[in-house]
Amino acid sequence: MAVLFASVVAALTLSVAAPATADEVGLDEYDFRISGLVALDGEVLEDIRLVIDGQGFSVEVETGADGRWAVGVPLQGDYTVTLDEETLPEGIAVVKTTQEDDDTPNSRDVNVGQSGSTVLNFFIGEGERNTVNLWDQIVDRFFNGLNFGLLLALAAIGLSLVFGTTGLSNFAHAELITFGALMALTFSAVLALPLWLALLIALALSAAFGWANDAGLWKPLRRRGVGLIPMMIVSIGLSLALRYVFQFFYGGETQQLPGATDASFSIGAFGLSWIDVGSMVLSVVVLMAVAYFLLRTRIGKATRAVSDNPALAAASGIDVDRVIRIVWVLAGFLAGMSGIIWAYFRPGVGWDMGFQLLLLTFAAVTLGGLGTAFGALVGALIVGFFVEMSTLIIPSDTKYVGALIILILVLLVRPQGILGRKERIG
Amino acid sequence: MDWIQLLSNAAQEFISPTTAAYALAALGLAVHFGFTGLLNFGQAGFMMLGAYGFAIATLTFGWPVWAAVLFGVVASIVFAFILGLPTLRLRADYLAIVTIAAAEIVRLLFTTNTFEPVTGSANGLQGYKGGFADLNPIPEGTYGFGPFVYNEYDWWLRIVGWSVVALAALVTWQLFKSPWGRVIKGIREDEDAVRALGKNVYFYKMQSLILGGVFGSLAGMIFILPRSVVPSNYQPTLTFFIYAILLLGGAATVFGPILGAMIFWVLLSFFSGFIARAVSEGFLPFMSTVQAGQLRFIFVGLAIMLIVIYRPQGILGNKKELAFVK
Repeated sequence: MAVLFASVVAALTLSVAAPATADEVGLDEYDFRISGLVALDGEVLEDIRLVIDGQGFSVEVETGADGRWAVGVPLQGDYTVTLDEETLPEGIAVVKTTQEDDDTPNSRDVNVGQSGSTVLNFFIGEGERNTVNLWDQIVDRFFNGLNFGLLLALAAIGLSLVFGTTGLSNFAHAELITFGALMALTFSAVLALPLWLALLIALALSAAFGWANDAGLWKPLRRRGVGLIPMMIVSIGLSLALRYVFQFFYGGETQQLPGATDASFSIGAFGLSWIDVGSMVLSVVVLMAVAYFLLRTRIGKATRAVSDNPALAAASGIDVDRVIRIVWVLAGFLAGMSGIIWAYFRPGVGWDMGFQLLLLTFAAVTLGGLGTAFGALVGALIVGFFVEMSTLIIPSDTKYVGALIILILVLLVRPQGILGRKERIG
Repeated sequence: MDWIQLLSNAAQEFISPTTAAYALAALGLAVHFGFTGLLNFGQAGFMMLGAYGFAIATLTFGWPVWAAVLFGVVASIVFAFILGLPTLRLRADYLAIVTIAAAEIVRLLFTTNTFEPVTGSANGLQGYKGGFADLNPIPEGTYGFGPFVYNEYDWWLRIVGWSVVALAALVTWQLFKSPWGRVIKGIREDEDAVRALGKNVYFYKMQSLILGGVFGSLAGMIFILPRSVVPSNYQPTLTFFIYAILLLGGAATVFGPILGAMIFWVLLSFFSGFIARAVSEGFLPFMSTVQAGQLRFIFVGLAIMLIVIYRPQGILGNKKELAFVK
């Protein structure tokens, strides 16, 4: 097969105040840029679609009449640029480069470094297209959805338990998630401890942070008799303040936990990394432990009793304050763990990573039924699968829209959620 | 340190169009939250629909200013219906979650590349100000005194912006003196009692949601006249800022949101300017200029917490008129 070589010329697009067209996306908004030119033997190709993914950010772009494209990206770091071969003319494909052995030459990794702009070349010629068949895509999305759903469940159960026992819709739950990831980053990357030790310390600190939230703020507020809606607004203020405290100390860029870009290990035809498998297994184990705690232990039963009716629980001799304290520690621990897994899933640790997850967590909790721990689990899995599976049909930059629309639709039909009971909705 | 410059920058915020936009959005929120007790966390969504409605009607459809304004207002009314239908029967915190989610849906839809030809995706839109500038009766030139020296477009913008705010405040003030307003306040105090009087609570709540939403969409239009429409301006943080303003001024008052917006922006401008200068002159060696910029968000967050805990009625409010101290 003759490969007509390649002429993707390095191109730094000069675009000062150029009108916004489809070939330039987000240049004004973001500081960093990736750009290039798609051409075959010196002839430029128009309307070729490229998808740029990475750092928790995704954007699509089509080449303009001059064959050029450029996107602005928010952060430094690694991005994957995928050229959609469906949009290439008939008989033309992205071909392998000579030096690397790559099964998907149309999808390439690129690093945006200090200089702030990067140019990416594709090698285009006559050849076989690399198409991912639908089945592989579905399997791939399935595992992504499972992984995402499980990490969402870890965050959602804590939120739901706090709501159940105290009535607080805690918007600052997002910061518990971020805290776990930031602590993991601090102890593994900054202080260079072994990863397992760093993660254990991060989880312990997350649990302590949950306790500190309750002891330092929420318990005194409950003592003062502050109402639930003021408390909710206080949690919004806390969320805002904590988020920018995180940014103050850790900066605005995305950093990586060790091993986040490890080589993949494959089961059958689809690639999963060891970290994906490990985090799924760990999530399942922890979720089962939580279920055991709630269903079988004395204090777990007391927790459910407080969720049902705090006054009655107190009257029957349950120490409600102690239960709430334990729930906060548990919520901090679970949220911290989900933050660490989220940091590997995105991948990257950033100051507002938890806030990106917050609405989906609320969607999961509401979907399952506010205040029910197992409802949160079911809701989280549904949201996780839905978000990932929906990208088979809708553009990936709108994938969270579907989950949020589902949330609103569920409230229309069954406001108490899947496992919730009607009296809670008032 | 250049104190004159610092103070004059801060003073400009008193009459800046951005302050007017925030005041109007906060007034809408006062109608929702302060008077009716609706916990709307999607005010950014209403503002966004006003902003994009105006810009898209001007750019894509080529409509005149009045039609574009009407289009943005109608868009926000439709949005209020969509929001209200499923949630107004539910408890307050459900409304909060749904409104914040709906505002995010709107933002994501305006950000996605799928509708790029109309929405401009992440780049947003510009070039819609021509029609508004053509209506300007002020002759070309620079006018003003002290720190308030602007050209004809900037004055036109301020005059229109604050006139809309004044008009909205007047409408709100009259409405809440009327029987309609008393029913609305009654709903806030005790829904069941109002229902027992034979009023359709759901219907009244919907009217309130629409009224506040229209204020929000007008605020969105004022907000974009000194800048361009960019979707990342409309994150949930925008709504939280408006809540801070509302709580500062007094939630169940007409003039609270306006006073709150002025105090908020003047203080914020003064504070940011002060810290930035202090850092650049080396008074705060442990801080970079970027970090100094983030400090203000931390203080806004803390301010929200402290106001709600220690003075929930705000500056002008009356503690008896509090929807949420129960």
